[in-house]
Amino acid sequence: MLLPLADAIERFVPDGASIALEGFTHLIPFAAGHEIIRQRRRDLHLIRMTPDLIYDQMIGMGCARKLTFSWGGNPGVGSLHRLRDAVEHQWPNPLQLDEHSHAGMAAAFCAGAARLPFGVLRGYLDTDLAAHNPNIRRVACPFTGELLAAVPALNPDVTILHAQRADQEGNVAIHGILGAAREAAMAAKTLIVTVEEIVEKLSPAMNGIVLPHWVVSAVAQCRGGAYPSYAQGCYARDNAFYRNWDAIARERERFLQWMDRHVRGTRDHKEFLASLEQEAA
Amino acid sequence: MSACTRDELMTIAAARLLWNRCVCFVGIGLPSAACNLARLTHAPEIVLIYESGTIGTRPDVLPLSIGDGELADTATCVVPLPEIFSHYLQAGRVDVGFLGAAQIDKHGNLNSTVIGAYDAPKIRLPGAGGAQEIASHAKQTFVMLSATPRSFVEQLDFRTSAGFLEGSGARSRSGARGGGPRAVITDFGMLTPHPQTEELQLTALFPGATVDEACSKIGWPLAIADRIDAIAPPTTSELETLRALNARTQAAHARLVHIPL
Repeated sequence: MLLPLADAIERFVPDGASIALEGFTHLIPFAAGHEIIRQRRRDLHLIRMTPDLIYDQMIGMGCARKLTFSWGGNPGVGSLHRLRDAVEHQWPNPLQLDEHSHAGMAAAFCAGAARLPFGVLRGYLDTDLAAHNPNIRRVACPFTGELLAAVPALNPDVTILHAQRADQEGNVAIHGILGAAREAAMAAKTLIVTVEEIVEKLSPAMNGIVLPHWVVSAVAQCRGGAYPSYAQGCYARDNAFYRNWDAIARERERFLQWMDRHVRGTRDHKEFLASLEQEAA
Repeated sequence: MSACTRDELMTIAAARLLWNRCVCFVGIGLPSAACNLARLTHAPEIVLIYESGTIGTRPDVLPLSIGDGELADTATCVVPLPEIFSHYLQAGRVDVGFLGAAQIDKHGNLNSTVIGAYDAPKIRLPGAGGAQEIASHAKQTFVMLSATPRSFVEQLDFRTSAGFLEGSGARSRSGARGGGPRAVITDFGMLTPHPQTEELQLTALFPGATVDEACSKIGWPLAIADRIDAIAPPTTSELETLRALNARTQAAHARLVHIPL
């Protein structure tokens, strides 16, 4: 189903939902996250391996009650200051953490995609995380007795991805770094995908990643929808933006001013991009 | 050529530990610089894996994030992230893993999660990411972090990744399949584990660094090896290659991004 992004969020993302905006550094669905902020969603359970700037923004704007994650920094830069403020000072509200390692979270998405109850891995050995997260347990192999780590399957109410293109029927093609996007998509009850372009027919991609139309609930066209993350073959990651975010997000006041001006004060992603360009000029 | 910075010394020392054709799981920051410096100097066929899923990547500039497009553009193949962790790392197909941390103890256990209590942290750090399983499964790990008594501590606030646990064989008894830390590269030189006790001891110093300096930067009574190697100063070729790589990287990261609307 082809829908405008605002309609897809309105329809499929209610307050309190568990949502996974996936894409590992690449293809992070920023436009969709901003639309959720504009529509003032609350009490969301946010799920993402690397919260990145988009969850820093959503947490700082009070959208979240819980975060499932495995690495919460600004890659190559430092802290996510809004995430830290929520964890260290409960601002703007307390944030419950469900913390994993990358391997553990990947296993949980794989289990969710297969509709199995839990994922299994050799992991979390002799570390303190299991003591602080009751979702990390041990299970004995029924064949050898070896103790392995188990994590419950992740099945988000809604997964949102960004991709390069979709066709009219709603089939979605992705290329480049995938992270756990495909597994998060197949694990979800509802899947929304924003795309750079909608084409008549996708070129045949024998081993490329195509999400077939009947697992996709809604497709919304949104050019530049991953910016300041990137879309391989379309535009590069804006590393300068990621560096600059550190100073913007460090203080509550400056953060709120930035969000008011560029996200809350714009109607859609096109206006968001234009407002950044205007500021740079 | 101007004098070396501490980061340059550490990067070059780490690069020299790598060998041609070794399979290396790379982290961002100094490890990424070290691995690519090795590739551009003595180890042209090194296989670099970044956890985003890029295998055999040969970036012309260093990535800022672990998943920059440059890594995918220059990779032998790009696989889904769950495969990187299950089919490659967990399956024992990684020779060397690089790790950093906020805290390390004398047995090479690492904290990258929290300073203070987990439920009421003074400083919330990014967390584990890939580190726990790199520490557990890589055949060996190299740790890079700068030395202060706040980072080299008697007692970790939180154990994110296992090194040699309490030492003296505790790791091998734990069931961990990888070999654990083989070297810690830091400001003044290198620490390596004692063959029996597995306690980190000072075994190599950078040009100009002293045993006193090393001891003053470590938060526990540092063991000193019977023989301390002097790390050879960077060669002109190493330094020129590293500085050119860093200059290319800076220029690339400042480039304006154009969104085709």
